[in-house]
Amino acid sequence: MDLNYSVEEQAFRAEVQEFLAQKLPKEMSEAIRLGRELGKEGHEKWHAILNEQGWLAPNWPQEFGGCEWNAVQRHIFEEECCRAHAPRIVPFGLAMLAPVLQKFGSKAQQDHYLPRILSGEDWWCQGYSEPGAGSDLASLKTRAVREGDHYVVNGQKTWTTLGQHANWIFCLVRTDPDAKQQSGISFLLIDMDTPGIEVRPIILLDGTHEVNEVWFTDVKVPVENLVGEENKGWTYAKYLLTHERTNIAGVGFSRAGLDAVKRMASSQMHRGKPLSENAHFAARVARAEIDLMAMSTTNLRIISRAAAGQAPGVESSMLKVKGTEIRQEINDLARRAAGAYAMPFVSEALEGANEPDMGPEGSAAAAPQYFNNRKLSIFGGSNEVQKNIIAKVKLGGGA
Amino acid sequence: MNFDLTEERQMLQDSLRRFLRDNQEALRASTRLGNAENSLGFDAGIWTKLAELGVIGALFSEEEGGFAGAGFDLTTVFEELGRAGAVEPLLDTAILGGGLIAALGNDAQKELVEQVIGGEVHLALAHGEPNSRYDLAQVETTAKAEGDDIILTGRKAVVINAEAADYLIVSARESGATGDEEGISLFLVPRDSAGLTLRGYALLAGGRAAEVDLDGLRLSANARLGTSGAAYAALKRASNRAEVALAAETLGAMEAATEMTREYLLTRQQFGRPIGSFQALQHRMATLLIELEQARSAVINAAGHLETSAEEQALQISAARNLVGRAGRLVAEESIQLHGGIAMTEEYELAHIAKRIVMADHRFGDTDTQLERFIDQSAA
Ligand SMILES: Cc1cc2nc3c(=O)[nH]c(=O)nc-3n(C[C@H](O)[C@H](O)[C@H](O)COP(=O)(O)OP(=O)(O)OC[C@H]3O[C@@H](n4cnc5c(N)ncnc54)[C@H](O)[C@@H]3O)c2cc1C
Ligand SMILES: Cc1cc2nc3c(=O)[nH]c(=O)nc-3n(C[C@H](O)[C@H](O)[C@H](O)COP(=O)(O)OP(=O)(O)OC[C@H]3O[C@@H](n4cnc5c(N)ncnc54)[C@H](O)[C@@H]3O)c2cc1C
Repeated sequence: MDLNYSVEEQAFRAEVQEFLAQKLPKEMSEAIRLGRELGKEGHEKWHAILNEQGWLAPNWPQEFGGCEWNAVQRHIFEEECCRAHAPRIVPFGLAMLAPVLQKFGSKAQQDHYLPRILSGEDWWCQGYSEPGAGSDLASLKTRAVREGDHYVVNGQKTWTTLGQHANWIFCLVRTDPDAKQQSGISFLLIDMDTPGIEVRPIILLDGTHEVNEVWFTDVKVPVENLVGEENKGWTYAKYLLTHERTNIAGVGFSRAGLDAVKRMASSQMHRGKPLSENAHFAARVARAEIDLMAMSTTNLRIISRAAAGQAPGVESSMLKVKGTEIRQEINDLARRAAGAYAMPFVSEALEGANEPDMGPEGSAAAAPQYFNNRKLSIFGGSNEVQKNIIAKVKLGGGA
Repeated sequence: MNFDLTEERQMLQDSLRRFLRDNQEALRASTRLGNAENSLGFDAGIWTKLAELGVIGALFSEEEGGFAGAGFDLTTVFEELGRAGAVEPLLDTAILGGGLIAALGNDAQKELVEQVIGGEVHLALAHGEPNSRYDLAQVETTAKAEGDDIILTGRKAVVINAEAADYLIVSARESGATGDEEGISLFLVPRDSAGLTLRGYALLAGGRAAEVDLDGLRLSANARLGTSGAAYAALKRASNRAEVALAAETLGAMEAATEMTREYLLTRQQFGRPIGSFQALQHRMATLLIELEQARSAVINAAGHLETSAEEQALQISAARNLVGRAGRLVAEESIQLHGGIAMTEEYELAHIAKRIVMADHRFGDTDTQLERFIDQSAA
């Protein structure tokens, strides 16, 4: 056992810190720190800065222009980015689709799509879920029928995150309606500008436009946009999910969130003392911090095993559950700390107008974030589904 | 012992429930974030009809010009408002505003209570401040005498219903130190007074509020409610009544959330069966129903002690609001979770109900503050 990072890892951390200090625009980190939205341009700008540094694709092999960092390096990078309040990298192209193309895509697909992901030319979104197919993804109904050199796609996807910014969507579609559920699904790449596609906004409970419905009516998709083999899409989708679940623990987000809670609590007076010194509030913060300390070591244990080449099993489900519980608890602490100033809905402040918060710093975003992050335990495989996986592995039988 | 509603209250509950159900569309339209931004924050037509139905009168005693006004009358009304997700400011205009004028006002001022009951006048209590958190005695705003006039200076935070209010009831300190119960006065201030500036905004859980700046606002001394520096007891009583009403409103919202969740579990199909057939979810639902009954009893305890000693009231109210705060958070979060993505959308009623439940914890003292009050009161 050695809880210290190696000399090389420490040097790597210093390099990352140096880069962030130099290249992360101040107004960007300020906006993230206050929980404000970045908008499409903001995301693109940060994307370009990372690309210029060659650090946009930590998980990609070098042959495709990635960093090929190991799991520990990626963890250090993510941790430092969160600490510096760098924007989150939109994962759909870089972290989800790319590994699938690298493993299952044709040479032509790799050559065409991967550079465009790095350059930012393409913004991808994920078309998996449907109104009737959430946890039970394999029941999806969107149909793709082969007609000559095209598929004709009809159906509806939903919950498509940032689909309003995307020009491409990767979709799971049903190509064989007669096969057993998982066997009749294919993985298609679809240009969002194709006639017959309609994107409708869904406003979330915190007032944000983060997700969409995507409707397909007789959408013609060239057959060369099929990834891998027809009716094998489920295999690729499952492979993608293992990548969706990296950084699932969100340790960096929790650390940054806890720091923000502490800052807000020391600025708020409660019964003549800073709230941070109030026993009840301090106990809540301490509990969250104790949980986070242990969970981040669990995370590192799994990461160093992954760095040594061992595939994570149920541990990633465990991290998803615990990590999201801790993040949600920290969001709850933030709204408590904000007091009455948690109640206002100040959309201008959240959308990035340079207005200071009316209440303590960070208060405007506290309650919206608390509600928005209820999603953490719903998407990426709900926490119930994760527990089913754990139970199935440990208890066997039907979960 | 008898836990049934009296005949009068049963009638009130029935007619209010029917009215709110029949007007569901208008009620919901006014609660959505997109709409609350440029409006009163509630539906004016519904307000008038609530007055006609006698709902506002039910919150005042006969002596005050109403016809009920006891703890269980408050809970009967507010539980229904909570079930319907209504954001109409009965708490602000009637319980707080009307209640304070009824308690402290002179005969001329008390005419406003009649107008409140008639649905003609709106009020807002401008009491909390940027630094007061949940402490009722923490008043930094000052009231200085200048001849026969009073000059108000300070800032009031998150004043709910301020923009719709014809009058603001503004607390200010005439003597003593910030934090003293002695020395706080209340003033009846027309909203359009010179020296009063509102910065209005929507609230996340529906309705509107404003930051209120008092910049040397000049009033005649007869705008004071009651005697100088002696308003604290009335403020305490009004906030007690408001806390009971708010706990009942949250209880009603919890009922609505659990009912919507129960129905959804029976209808939503995944893996070829209703998700309510998964035992993992059945047990979670059972827990919510258990906690809901705990919350109901806690609200009954608080309402039933609203006419008892100050100590007993304080104990029961802090107990109820602590329990409702805990159970409410559980019900709100679990109801969303058991629904999955659909409950994350602004359009879906449960999302609004969940916000009502959680944001109620930010008025008059959150769950932890109530716990502290309970501990203090039990030790006393
Ligand atoms: C903000 C947000 C962003 C999203 N972004 C995307 C995106 O970009 N692309 C995309 O494809 N999808 C996206 N999703 C969809 C997400 O993956 C689904 O919401 C998720 O799969 C759950 O499906 P559902 O919402 O239909 O809930 P349901 O599957 O209907 O689940 C309802 C409840 O039942 C429980 N449940 C279901 N099955 C079982 C079981 N067998 N045992 C026990 N409990 C069970 C669930 O855990 C949940 O509590 C997003 C969702 C949200 C909320
Ligand atoms: C101190 C003590 C005093 C007792 N006194 C008496 C007595 O005076 N007379 C008498 O007749 N008995 C008595 N009992 C027995 C008691 O009634 C049983 O312990 C009880 O019925 C549970 O049975 P079990 O212990 O065999 O556990 P099991 O029934 O084997 O249960 C084991 C676990 O599985 C869970 N479980 C079982 N079925 C389900 C299901 N369908 N869904 C979900 N979870 C399930 C249980 O909740 C429990 O957590 C006593 C027990 C104790 C501990």
